[in-house]
Amino acid sequence: MGKMIKDYRADFPILQTTINGEPLTYLDSAATSQKPQAVIDAITAYYTTSNANVHRGVYTLAAQATDQYEAVRDQVATFIHAPQRESVFFTRSTTESLNWVAQTYGEQFIEAGDEIVLTAMEHHSNLVPWQQLAQRKHAKLRYIQLLPDGQLDMADANQKITAKTKLVAVAQTSNVLGVTNPIKQLAALAHQHRAVIMVDGAQAVAHQSVDVQAMDVDFYAFSGHKMLGPTGVGVLYGKLALLEQLTPAQFGGEMIDNVDWQTTTFAAIPQRFEAGTPNISGVIGLGAAITYLQQVGWSAIQTQEKTLTMQLLTGLAAMDGVTVYGPLDANFHGPVVAFNVAGVHPHDVATGLDMDGIEVRAGHHCAQPLMQVLNVESTVRASLMFYNTSAEIDRLLTTLAAVKEFFQG
Amino acid sequence: MSLLKLNELYKTVILDHAQHPHHHGQLAEVPGVTLNNPSCGDVIQVQIEVQHQQINRIAFSGTGCTISQASASVMTDVLSQQTMTQAQQLIHDFSQLIMGKSLTTAAKHQLGDAAVLGTVAEFPTRIRCAMLAWHAAEQCLAEIGGTDNGSKS
Repeated sequence: MGKMIKDYRADFPILQTTINGEPLTYLDSAATSQKPQAVIDAITAYYTTSNANVHRGVYTLAAQATDQYEAVRDQVATFIHAPQRESVFFTRSTTESLNWVAQTYGEQFIEAGDEIVLTAMEHHSNLVPWQQLAQRKHAKLRYIQLLPDGQLDMADANQKITAKTKLVAVAQTSNVLGVTNPIKQLAALAHQHRAVIMVDGAQAVAHQSVDVQAMDVDFYAFSGHKMLGPTGVGVLYGKLALLEQLTPAQFGGEMIDNVDWQTTTFAAIPQRFEAGTPNISGVIGLGAAITYLQQVGWSAIQTQEKTLTMQLLTGLAAMDGVTVYGPLDANFHGPVVAFNVAGVHPHDVATGLDMDGIEVRAGHHCAQPLMQVLNVESTVRASLMFYNTSAEIDRLLTTLAAVKEFFQG
Repeated sequence: MSLLKLNELYKTVILDHAQHPHHHGQLAEVPGVTLNNPSCGDVIQVQIEVQHQQINRIAFSGTGCTISQASASVMTDVLSQQTMTQAQQLIHDFSQLIMGKSLTTAAKHQLGDAAVLGTVAEFPTRIRCAMLAWHAAEQCLAEIGGTDNGSKS
């Protein structure tokens, strides 16, 4: 192919636009990634030539739509190394996938006095569903604490995961600190105590090869829109033996086998867990995103993202009055960097950068308990993807220095 | 980068209020309302002491961005010594201004330094920051209004 990593940027139409009269410098990919033309085209093509409802019609167009939709299930299964396609089903988002497990597995198997183990770095979407479940069931939440540099304290994990633990829910990569957790070790620890492990892969799937079998996770959730795909489509992977024990969370069309006046039998897995018309165009867009990521390749993606992350971390660490949260070594870092400028509120920093077309996130990043650990209300966060450039990191650092000067005087 | 653009939003008077806020602190035994900005977790408390339907003392506490702190500071200046009815009108006028609606010259004049925050209308993501203290004051006055009416003969 001979395509260099920098050449892929041209595939993203939005990256050629301007914001506030300046070239768009998009540094919020951890919130949502931008979309390559191939994904936009796949969605358009579906509505232009293949639109029909799936799994129902006997006519040709419906069969085409169903084939395209089901082909993405195979693609996802291969992408995350699932043992079989039935283990993969489509949801609305990571959040829906996580809630689904809380409302099915959690509802059926968590009992009073059981413990659910989370980490201090969880996104609200992998915290609040368990908190609600724990309140309903009179179960107890326990949090694995962090080391001073933001990495997970595995000694504490050994303390917290015990015979009382029924479920461990953990992010593969933190959306604030950028650290990637040792999922395989955590899964082994959970299984040693006969607990299941649910992994929030939202911040990981676009940045590294995911192997649910090698990690031996029981449930794995992620979203399409953080990995170049459209919003409104998510995935939940579950081990088949577990899925077979679960009562569906939602009922309706497409998930039934036979409906009588008083009773219903359900369709086989995975249809059983996809009630109603799914987000067909979203699933097809997700398929195009996976194909695109595979064309770029993990090696090129990781080299570029690590280089840029290192440049950003080094640049921030060299600035007076800038605090970086999480490890300073790019080797322990996903492409997400949270920081603060002394005496300047994150919102003011973000508005200042925005005036120069640089889009970063400012706030608590849906991780308020983690903000308590970091002893801040909020932070600035710059997050990258392979389509960013070294020149963009330079722009961020230069403008940040000017913004800092403006507010600090 | 062009600092001119930043100057549009962060005028000197706004930066001054944020760095040296007026009526910042807590009043003992004075009713207050605490609100938070869910997007950043900032918390502002506004306390108002009303005597004979007039704001006698007002203060705010908490931390926040330049816009929320400056807005709270100018608000305490503007609302000080106003009657409850005048204060409610000023809060209404300020919210209109921040939403980009035009105000009469007289109404703008009444808002004093607060009128400078009108430029926030051009920065829609920051409207919530500018309104936080004013929403707290509005709620506080509503609560006082309720109890005040009850105790009045």
